[in-house]
Amino acid sequence: MSAVRAVVTGLGVAAPNGLGAETYWKALLTGQSGIGPLSRFDTSGYPARLAGEIREFDAARHLPDRLLPQTDVSTRYAIAAADWALADAGIGDESDIADYDMGVVTSTAQGGFDFTHREFRKLWRQGPRFVSVYESFAWFYAVNTGQISIRNGMRGPSAALVGEQAGGLDAVGHARRTVRRGTRLVVSGGVDSAFDPWGWSAQLAGGLVSQATDPERAYLPFDAAACGYVPGEGGALLVVEDAVSARERGAAQVYGEIAGYAATFDPAPGSGRPPGLRGAAERAIADAGLEPGDIGAVFADAAGVPALDAAEARALRGIFGSRGVPVTAPKALTGRMYAGGGPADVAAALLALRDQVVPATARTASVPESYGLDLVVGEPRSIRTAAVLVLARGRHGFNAAVVLTTA
Amino acid sequence: MSRRAVITGIGVRTPGGSGTKEFWDLLTSGRTATRPITFFDASPFRSRIAGEADFDPVSEGFTPREIRRMDRATQFAVACTRDAVADSGLDFASLDPSRVAVALGSAVASATSLENEYLVMSDAGRDWLVDPGHLSPYMFDYLSPGVMPAEIAWEVGAEGPVTMISDGCTSGLDAVGHGVQLIREGSADTVLAGAADTPVSPIVVACFDAIKATTPRNDEPATASRPFDGTRNGFVLAEGAAMFVLEEYERARARGAQIYAEVGGYATRSNAYHMTGLKKDGRELAEAIRAALDEARLDRGAVDYVNAHGSGTKQNDRHETAAFKRSLGEHAYAVPISSIKSMVGHSLGAIGSIEIAASVLAIRHNVVPPTANLSTPDPECDLDYVPRTARQQRVSTVLTVGSGFGGFQSAMVLHAPRGAAV
Repeated sequence: MSAVRAVVTGLGVAAPNGLGAETYWKALLTGQSGIGPLSRFDTSGYPARLAGEIREFDAARHLPDRLLPQTDVSTRYAIAAADWALADAGIGDESDIADYDMGVVTSTAQGGFDFTHREFRKLWRQGPRFVSVYESFAWFYAVNTGQISIRNGMRGPSAALVGEQAGGLDAVGHARRTVRRGTRLVVSGGVDSAFDPWGWSAQLAGGLVSQATDPERAYLPFDAAACGYVPGEGGALLVVEDAVSARERGAAQVYGEIAGYAATFDPAPGSGRPPGLRGAAERAIADAGLEPGDIGAVFADAAGVPALDAAEARALRGIFGSRGVPVTAPKALTGRMYAGGGPADVAAALLALRDQVVPATARTASVPESYGLDLVVGEPRSIRTAAVLVLARGRHGFNAAVVLTTA
Repeated sequence: MSRRAVITGIGVRTPGGSGTKEFWDLLTSGRTATRPITFFDASPFRSRIAGEADFDPVSEGFTPREIRRMDRATQFAVACTRDAVADSGLDFASLDPSRVAVALGSAVASATSLENEYLVMSDAGRDWLVDPGHLSPYMFDYLSPGVMPAEIAWEVGAEGPVTMISDGCTSGLDAVGHGVQLIREGSADTVLAGAADTPVSPIVVACFDAIKATTPRNDEPATASRPFDGTRNGFVLAEGAAMFVLEEYERARARGAQIYAEVGGYATRSNAYHMTGLKKDGRELAEAIRAALDEARLDRGAVDYVNAHGSGTKQNDRHETAAFKRSLGEHAYAVPISSIKSMVGHSLGAIGSIEIAASVLAIRHNVVPPTANLSTPDPECDLDYVPRTARQQRVSTVLTVGSGFGGFQSAMVLHAPRGAAV
């Protein structure tokens, strides 16, 4: 359809089991988990106490002092991950790409929530005069796009999207759209974090968070013993570029092409019509000019909730046939990072293409026969493929699919 | 062949405007709908004025279940969606659901409900009640507001791309721009696009108090919003929503739809300068305007009316005036420019869509709405801002712009359907 190809030339990951794309990738291949007891506050009164928490991020090391008082923890991850992605892509201060030729498209599901919780508290305990001068923007969903744009002098088309866990893939899809419409480079991805008591309570109110107490058994996507998901924090930022422009500037590497993207929405509850995940995946594959048989691995949404796992398995069976493609869910090692989850999966999928190996779904052991899934469990698996599919679903019916190919 | 996007249905809720007709009557009368805050005791706040809508979910036809389930901002968006659908005359049941999309803008989404839940969980700020059993079952949806576009999707049976655009105060422009892109690229044939925000709550008022962005002119609530006026000293926070039915032009034409306007061009840029501050020169907004006109393949001289962002802050109106001069050249001095925020206030992410509604109605009625409360000239704002009184004149092409926290600068060009009688 469009002659412009959008490729990924830089990766920045901030995940509970690794800071930096290569550290994260190594953690996925060796089964290193970032899930453990949530340490940000006393969780003893809460029915769920395990989280995928980033423990070794020293904000003062990664951000200038000036940005510390004005940023939520999620925004700090976003700014750092964008820095890493740009450094990886070899885009520095001396870059000759014009300011209007660089945009930023991010997603967050929760905004700067820990920050805003503190400001709500000040407002109601002390009064309006105690509310931070930064609250007006540290909270809102566009904060990461704005901060990354300012930090890197990017004045091109930019946006912030919200679609719960699917929003991160929508951002990557919109970055591709933006490149196709003529912007040379777009920093894109998503990050989330809401590990303050209020944010935690709100996540629990959603009703799908695992109440298991054993970190090894709390989030078991596609397992017969699946009992909910573990919330995670973090995500990934990617450098998405026009392929020709990337080649001309001598990009350090091209991880792969965003060859296909599609989004659908589930029918209204009670309509009796089938959910939309399958349609999103099929359209993304067709959008890439491929057939299902060309897909060498699927990075699944992997809700970790039996009904939702079964629905995803059904969609995959419908497209690929029973056990028709290797499926994995590395997010079992990080927890669900909401808007950060899809972009982190995209980073992992691109590294899987590079190294021709798929990480395992860490702790899942017993997949119901009825799922008809070829789930990669136990050890990573070698693949020989030029295309992988990444899926994400967001609460209430969002479905997004991205097809990545070797460039 | 390139696909074109047209507006065939409108729904609006604003202060003083419970529907399209009332909204347009307000704008053309030059009356204002800003008033002292009544939703809560605003006495501890610096700015105590707002554009509150007299929105009653029961008389709007919402069921008790819907009222429990939907946040106030969502109710606004759904009410506007119902109006827009009825106005379009389009039978959504006859459409292929996979070809129907939703693009909903909102800056602060469920802020009001979040604050209500905070008060419950914190015992009005005194103590944190750990037991999450105190929380509303909808608390997750207030934290992560994907439910807002979801409700629109359920309302119209959309199963194509559904998303929420949250670009701060340009969300309403950007959401419609996003919908237009979906139609042009072929991802959808019909899009429910628009925006809603209901931010008149203590935390949001406190946010803007803290940076003195809102006006402290508490003794003159009806004339507090003074875009481009020499005495302006901040914006008036407001709530509101507008939704549109966007359709691919050939399909709209084939069914004989009433076409309000075509979205000819849309562009957005960032200033990469400051999260809340603006440079004086208007460079990036001017670039967005230039790009939007380019996309519409229109010369700047073709613009009959500019619907300004005109928030009424010192820095915005100066910045915007510079951007108009930079992008429109001499034509900036000739074309009428006005800000409806003088009448309905600034409803954050929603206002961009509400201003699109005003722009479309200006085309339909060949009337330019005025800038109310403008009587003291400002040497830095020396263009024709249509002070106080609406003007009857030919309007076939409108430029509408927005500027927001995070540095977003957006512009859209709307024009009368080509080939239609002018």
